Amino acid sequence: MSWIGKSPNRKEDVRLIRGQGYFVDDKQDYGLLHLHLVRSPYAHAHIINVDVAAAEALPGVICTLTGAEVKELMPESFMELGPEPAANIQDYPMAVGKVIFQGEPVAAVVAETPALAADGGALVDVDYDMLDAVITAEQAMEDEEVLHESAGTNKTWQGVYEYGEVDAAFDEAATVVKIDRMHFHRFASTPVENNAVVAEWKRHGELDFFCNNSFVGFAQQLLAPALGVSVDQMHIKTHDIGGSFGNKISNYTQMAIAALASRKAGGRPVKWAETRTEHLLSSGHGNERTFLDTEVALDKNGVITAVRSRHIDDCGAYPRYEPLGCVIWSQVLPATYGVRNFRIDFSQAVTNKCPAVPNRGYSRMQHLWFMERIIDICAHKLDIPADEMRLRNYITEFPYTTPNGCVYDSGNYPAMLEKAKELIGWDDWKKKQADARAEGRLLGIGIGTTLDSGTNNFGQARIMNPHLPFSGNSEVATIRIDLQGSVIVTLGSGPSGQSHETTTAQVVAEELGINPDLVRVRSGFDTGWNTFVGHSGSYASQFAVTGLSAVHGACEKLKAEMRRLAAFILEASEEDLEFGIGEEGPQLSVKGTDQAVNYWYMGNLVNNDNAVLAGELGDVTLNIRHVYRPPFTVPDVERKYGNLTLTYAAQLHIAVIEIDRDFGHPRILAYAAVDDCGTVINPKIVGGQVHGATAHGIGAAIMETFQYDETGNLLTSSFSDYCPITSMNMPDVQYGSIQTPSPFSYSGAKGMGEGGGAPLHTVSAAVQDALITEGIIVTDSHHSVTSVFELLRSKDESSGVQVDKR
Amino acid sequence: MSEDIDKVSIQITINGQHYKRDVEPRLLLVQFIREELGLTGTHIGCDVTYCGACTLLVDGKPVKSCTMLAVQADGCEIHTVEGLEQDGELHPLQKAFSENHGLQCGYCTPGMLMSSMALLAENPDPSPDEIRKGISGNLCRCTGYNNIIKSIQAAAKEMAG
Repeated sequence: MSWIGKSPNRKEDVRLIRGQGYFVDDKQDYGLLHLHLVRSPYAHAHIINVDVAAAEALPGVICTLTGAEVKELMPESFMELGPEPAANIQDYPMAVGKVIFQGEPVAAVVAETPALAADGGALVDVDYDMLDAVITAEQAMEDEEVLHESAGTNKTWQGVYEYGEVDAAFDEAATVVKIDRMHFHRFASTPVENNAVVAEWKRHGELDFFCNNSFVGFAQQLLAPALGVSVDQMHIKTHDIGGSFGNKISNYTQMAIAALASRKAGGRPVKWAETRTEHLLSSGHGNERTFLDTEVALDKNGVITAVRSRHIDDCGAYPRYEPLGCVIWSQVLPATYGVRNFRIDFSQAVTNKCPAVPNRGYSRMQHLWFMERIIDICAHKLDIPADEMRLRNYITEFPYTTPNGCVYDSGNYPAMLEKAKELIGWDDWKKKQADARAEGRLLGIGIGTTLDSGTNNFGQARIMNPHLPFSGNSEVATIRIDLQGSVIVTLGSGPSGQSHETTTAQVVAEELGINPDLVRVRSGFDTGWNTFVGHSGSYASQFAVTGLSAVHGACEKLKAEMRRLAAFILEASEEDLEFGIGEEGPQLSVKGTDQAVNYWYMGNLVNNDNAVLAGELGDVTLNIRHVYRPPFTVPDVERKYGNLTLTYAAQLHIAVIEIDRDFGHPRILAYAAVDDCGTVINPKIVGGQVHGATAHGIGAAIMETFQYDETGNLLTSSFSDYCPITSMNMPDVQYGSIQTPSPFSYSGAKGMGEGGGAPLHTVSAAVQDALITEGIIVTDSHHSVTSVFELLRSKDESSGVQVDKR
Repeated sequence: MSEDIDKVSIQITINGQHYKRDVEPRLLLVQFIREELGLTGTHIGCDVTYCGACTLLVDGKPVKSCTMLAVQADGCEIHTVEGLEQDGELHPLQKAFSENHGLQCGYCTPGMLMSSMALLAENPDPSPDEIRKGISGNLCRCTGYNNIIKSIQAAAKEMAG
């Protein structure tokens, strides 16, 4: 039986539905101490003094840490990925001398219980001298108030992405549409489990972390130099992670604080468990992007021929990982459209807001939203129906090389559009819309097409900073037959809900001709397994390609060893052997006979009883470590040209939204989502990812935003204010899929899960379609009741869109 | 500060097991259950009664245990996720969540299951809209809720026989 394309119950569920998951905060240890962080109430301020005497005098408090002390204890500040001058930014996990964002840690208190640590925190006395806050990236670019003196500027990156004959295309255009300003708002996926870590800096020098970091391969490379240890001294483990969506990539800064606290506490284990308000204030926000002076050239048929624009990312207080976002968007430069001429001037600046981190759809989502807004605004201005506009502009031939050298592996966007129309009942809604408009009601139908590019070529980092020693990609899996004949698999991915144990077991079962129940896949990540490389982690929609290719490759090598061994035992030729399950469990048998050898026998022979083996089998261990590497080359840094991603999953969504004319309330009446991630390994899991990404996108589009006031005070710093989407706001999604197998993965699967922010494009399009009768153009991605109400009120003002017909 | 705080003696029954402990009056019920008793199936997600990860049943009623003090539960009978499975047999809700992919990371699941228990106890045959209302105090960031609604419908059907 084939296990690919099936939906067996998840292996993870066995523990999770019983409340037997093992999350970081569940860990109890003998001598465990608890860490509380004292955080700045101000967004921008000099620290005059930090007085920890009263806290240290409190019985039960073991020790404290201040920013100045942290700087003393760390051999160097964290590496910044950006080039100079941003590379000179002094980035410590605790504010040193100056606070750059509200919620930045300024001191830590370590105590016997969480309550005592918090009591101690309340006794820490900090004097601040408040400074003016810089709240927008555009304001930051003026450098009137420089946040990081070590950099000397707020401008952390700038580069021009130019391809084709841009100005010539504008000269020849039949129509030029100009959009003054668009804005993609700040939000995050806010996993229900907060960040947490238990650090234990043992007296003999080893440093153990039990954490929920979702990209340990990377985190360990940042932690080791900053803490003055070797990568091998650190033993990093994860088990169950309560969601990450990219947000937990950056919790290495808090891991460092916990490590230093453990060392100061004499090597006792120290737990830090973030509260929700701490998470919202300081753990990381998705990047906010502003699009200025956009010009779109179109031919007489409404086909877009060129785009030129200026984009600015607001990366918050510290750039850290974030300058990668200045390049990652270019994986999807033309979105799903055949535009060949681009000039995008891209900048990034620091502000007095929470540092930006990868968030589901990271950096591509913002750009895809921009391209979808262009499509819809041009369609409305040229009076071309939104579906027709897309059909005229979609890429239809695959593989397709984009103007910047990325290769879209496969796809069929018109078929997805057709399927989504069927699911939603397009023609029917069009009639209802006409009726609604006749009654003066605001009903809109919006389409969003998006890409979920997966499996990064890390060489793209060099486009942002040529000195970075990163390129390609890789992931590891190990598989072995242990001495009891069990099939044991370990992964480097450290998942956070993506069902890697289940899909791995399916691939192994498929390869060995057994069933997934007979495959034990260890949970989480552990450097002690030797199953990791620098790229190991769960991010960028890649496990189906990188992780499962590693599993598949490991299976092939294991099978080769098993065939040799079984041929020796059964005195048969390797060609006559077949894998399967017999009366004594998983086995290899000689085709057409009752001769067979089971896994227990083979495992025991290799591990316990090896003197009987022939000399030529001396290399057989039944213990395989396989590294998968996608076939990438280093991009041309000067031209900003190369294949940046291996696979391109796509989603096409349609939403029907009615807007209350008086109050602005946007109500989703119908919603359809069509997915194409190539060959599907497990339909139930893919469907779950699509639904989850859809909820994140709808939540972000109609509810969630990190809103700061002019002093840098976060107004949405609890869930009661941030209001993540609930079951009451989530529509019933009509879900469908098509499959265009990728020619670039062994199975035809494409990485998926991030979803490309499809609902943001789709909701913006539907709101636009609803409000077009009022002459309103949608140029912001946030459509809460308040935002839409403001839009309705401002309808007499200029939309900032001009159309120049030639 | 804490050394001045007198502890209070409480008695609570959790999943049929009787516990007697002296606790600080400020100790939250969820902290008591997780840290004092080691029942870590009940999770903490937000501290402000929004996310519902800490939902459990107090005398049959769903309660977010991050906003109830342990001393307030003195004398109460509490049920947590660890008590759902009986004699090695999963509760129909547990089975239905797994079969319908009503969970991914599993962090919200214990709270979601306990709210569903309360919902089905009060309304054994809820409509999708009633289910949405019933779990509206429980946040899930992974599933998008649709599969959770299906799971609860499936469990209701199973429980009705």
